[in-house]
Amino acid sequence: MGTPFALTPARLLLLAALILCGVVAPLLAPAYQSQATQLLLFIVFALAWDLVGGQMGYNSFGNVLFVGLGMYVAAIVQVGLFYDVGLYTEAKGGGTEFVFDVNQFLTGLALGLPAAAVASASVAWLLGSLVLSMRGHYFAICTLGLGIAAGQVAAGIPWIGAGSGMLTPNPPAGLGDVGLLLYYLALGLAVACTLTFAWLLSSRFGLALNAIRDDEDKAEAMGLKTHAAKVTAWVIAAAFLGVAGAIYGNLVRFIDPTETAFAGPTIGVWMILMALLGGKGTLLGPIVGAVVFQITKELFWTYLLGWQRVALGLLIVAVAVFFPSGIVGFVRDRLSGRGGDSEESVPAKEKSA
Amino acid sequence: MIANLLILFEAPALGLQLLIDGILIGAVFALAAYGMALVWGVTNIVNVCQGEFVMLGGFVAVLCIEQGVPPLLAVAIAAAALYALGWGLFQTVIVHLIGRDMFNSVLATFGIAIILQQLMARTLGAADRIAESGLGSWFFFDGLVGVAKVKVLVFAACIALGTALAFFLARSRQGQAIRATAQEPIAAAALGIETRKVYGLTYALNAAICGAAGALASMAYTIHPYSGLSYTIRSFMIVVVAGLGNLAGVIWAALGLGIAESFAGFLFGPQYQIAFVFALLVAVLVFRNWRLKAQRRYLK
Repeated sequence: MGTPFALTPARLLLLAALILCGVVAPLLAPAYQSQATQLLLFIVFALAWDLVGGQMGYNSFGNVLFVGLGMYVAAIVQVGLFYDVGLYTEAKGGGTEFVFDVNQFLTGLALGLPAAAVASASVAWLLGSLVLSMRGHYFAICTLGLGIAAGQVAAGIPWIGAGSGMLTPNPPAGLGDVGLLLYYLALGLAVACTLTFAWLLSSRFGLALNAIRDDEDKAEAMGLKTHAAKVTAWVIAAAFLGVAGAIYGNLVRFIDPTETAFAGPTIGVWMILMALLGGKGTLLGPIVGAVVFQITKELFWTYLLGWQRVALGLLIVAVAVFFPSGIVGFVRDRLSGRGGDSEESVPAKEKSA
Repeated sequence: MIANLLILFEAPALGLQLLIDGILIGAVFALAAYGMALVWGVTNIVNVCQGEFVMLGGFVAVLCIEQGVPPLLAVAIAAAALYALGWGLFQTVIVHLIGRDMFNSVLATFGIAIILQQLMARTLGAADRIAESGLGSWFFFDGLVGVAKVKVLVFAACIALGTALAFFLARSRQGQAIRATAQEPIAAAALGIETRKVYGLTYALNAAICGAAGALASMAYTIHPYSGLSYTIRSFMIVVVAGLGNLAGVIWAALGLGIAESFAGFLFGPQYQIAFVFALLVAVLVFRNWRLKAQRRYLK
């Protein structure tokens, strides 16, 4: 079989059809616009997690660090360009003094999103050399700690609102539907993320990541610059997570340090669940996982109000224990009788033998 | 922060107070960490829901004491309830994780942690709880240093429990079976030890230890449905510093952590205490990694 991530004409056609669906979707179902925006951001979260977790084998439990960082940095840039951030958070972003006109709002957004990417990527680069040489349990728990520590630190800084959080700028009335703008930004980001990752994973870099996942010591012994590859992947994932976080912050409008920004037990673990549910280590998996997860989550929220988090916890346990190969892996295993052994089905057979 | 540091130099009695408080809470950390080391050593699973077990034990005890149950009995009830929960979780979930990729076990136990904390918050409310002892305090140095009697009792009970556990592992047949399985599961199975039962016993025993630790903690310290994770992180950190199967190390590391937290809480302010715990974890792991790197070895 060919490289699993190469953009064959059939795949490009599928992608084009999906993008077209994405472009017209808000016109067809405007009632679900905010959920759809969230879904697109979830796709980016899951893909970015999977680049490091599924493809490289470094299962981070603290990617929410970059999401929250992007969220705060974008909000600070959006506000700070025109007003004093401290006064703004003190006034809870309200009042009549902190008004953003169309121009200011768009400038803030246009500068805030790249700033989020740069900030998240820089922090990832700084942390990368420290944490990426840990493996297994140590890496998992260390990243979990980083994500939660960040939330606790943010909750202690009065300049960004401390524990009572921060509001993103109020969208001006003259701008029309800001939700639609955020939707298309999220769509653009999700497409950019998918294409970038497809390109990365079909290159030698993708092979290097998989080699690190399969046996890092051997990969290093073969002369692969494993450290550089790990840090690069981590930085790229962080940049996408940062921008997605920035859009997410503007979508929910209110940034709570531990509930929205550095929300380890919600977004932080959901992105892992999405990647795992769809199929770890595949490009399609996280996307499928995010769609299935978002629908499930909305159903839980509608029908199990109050118990939705418990139900999601059960889903996490069930998927981790009984469905670790995910939807894509499951389908591939079913088809493998016809199409020959795929990469994922071989170790599964070895384990059962 | 610097102002607080100066206060500490001017009033050494305050330093003594922080030191004592740190040592007293350290015993609770040691008990939870010992349980984590036990499960980690035997099943190779890092139990992320460790802290939730502690919180749940605390809530069971608080509820019992509110109903008029004597505190010591409440601790026993909490331990028994958590033993049953641990056994049930083992049979339904954990048994499938043994020998599997560590990622699955971390994620699954994290999922259990989320379920437990949400259930606690739903049924008992997300408020700080404490079982009032009404025991009062001892005062030294003209009242400059106060030691709550109940904290000393909790400390003593933790020591007693830890000692009993160490004896159980060292002397009893089941304790031997647990240690044998930890050392060499295949050989242990060949010699007739039912390793699956041993795994279940270990996991349930750990839950019971956490339950008792939480029940004891709830009499002297506040418990909260969402603060379980910090206990998990503390346990993990202590085990990492001490190493698996090093009981003395666990005790020293736990007391050290208690003291460090007590001073950090004073110096940086209580709002940064949890942040300090997590930051210390990262620092500990980075430091160990840096030392191993010199020998081209990695934390794994």
